[in-house]
Amino acid sequence: MPVKLNKEGTTLVAFLSGEIDHHSAIALREAVDGAIKLVKPERLEIDFGDVTFMDSSGVGFVMGRYKLVNFYGGTVVVKNASERMERMLSLSGIEKIALIEKRDKAV
Amino acid sequence: MKEAKTNEMRLVLESRSQNEGVARIAVSGFVSTLDPTIEEINDIKTAVSEAVTNCIVHAYEDTVGKIYITCSMHGKSVYIKIKDNGCGISDIEKAMTPLYTTKGDERSGLGFAVMESFMDSLRVRSVCGKGTTVYMKKNISGK
Ligand SMILES: Nc1ncnc2c1ncn2[C@@H]1O[C@H](COP(=O)(O)OP(=O)(O)OP(=O)(O)O)[C@@H](O)[C@H]1O
Ligand SMILES: [Mg+2]
Repeated sequence: MPVKLNKEGTTLVAFLSGEIDHHSAIALREAVDGAIKLVKPERLEIDFGDVTFMDSSGVGFVMGRYKLVNFYGGTVVVKNASERMERMLSLSGIEKIALIEKRDKAV
Repeated sequence: MKEAKTNEMRLVLESRSQNEGVARIAVSGFVSTLDPTIEEINDIKTAVSEAVTNCIVHAYEDTVGKIYITCSMHGKSVYIKIKDNGCGISDIEKAMTPLYTTKGDERSGLGFAVMESFMDSLRVRSVCGKGTTVYMKKNISGK
């Protein structure tokens, strides 16, 4: 499964890896939504650090998780998205509802 | 003016979601002979992924149909045509508006916007009930 889930207090961290398209998003969604329903996190961090490819399905993935987390009163943070991913995310205006943290520029 | 054709690839794929990755690999392999930059390859992979996903998710929805991909090279320009015989689009202008989607939950309505912003040109032809064809062009600068 190209996602590692980690509960840190009231924060749920989803480390995604590999390619995110409509095909892979189906399993990702199931895994992450299962954890969200269980943990009801105050904060969901979606980490794109190991993602090698993403199309607009990745944007839909973030929006869909936002809806579920928001239903439980939590917030969503996007971490380590590449410039290209950020460009796609910003086309959707998602920064109005989710916090996009800048990628660590170190090496 | 379009230069003379220097290479061509034709590919027919079934509209199964695992073929999204197959299409990306095939097209990027074809384009790689022009020595594109990583950015250029990623632009093309993303645009192809969008068009092929639309065939799978919208054109054929719950059925399996065929997706016809034609890539041709004219000098340093790559032309990509992605065609389906699916449901078609009734209002193309509306469909191409960023954030417009007919599938609310998991789709962001950004596919056409992404194709437009990552490629040098995008044209869409569609006939309701007959199918849709997406034409894209990318100029390769090379390394
Ligand atoms: N090949 C196609 N056949 C039929 N309808 C299509 C096709 N491609 C796109 N559409 C229609 O155009 C709309 C917009 O497409 P677009 O790719 O921009 O967004 P989306 O697919 O809905 O969402 P996203 O691409 O962000 O996941 C779709 O919702 C669909 O109604
Ligand atoms: Mg789409």
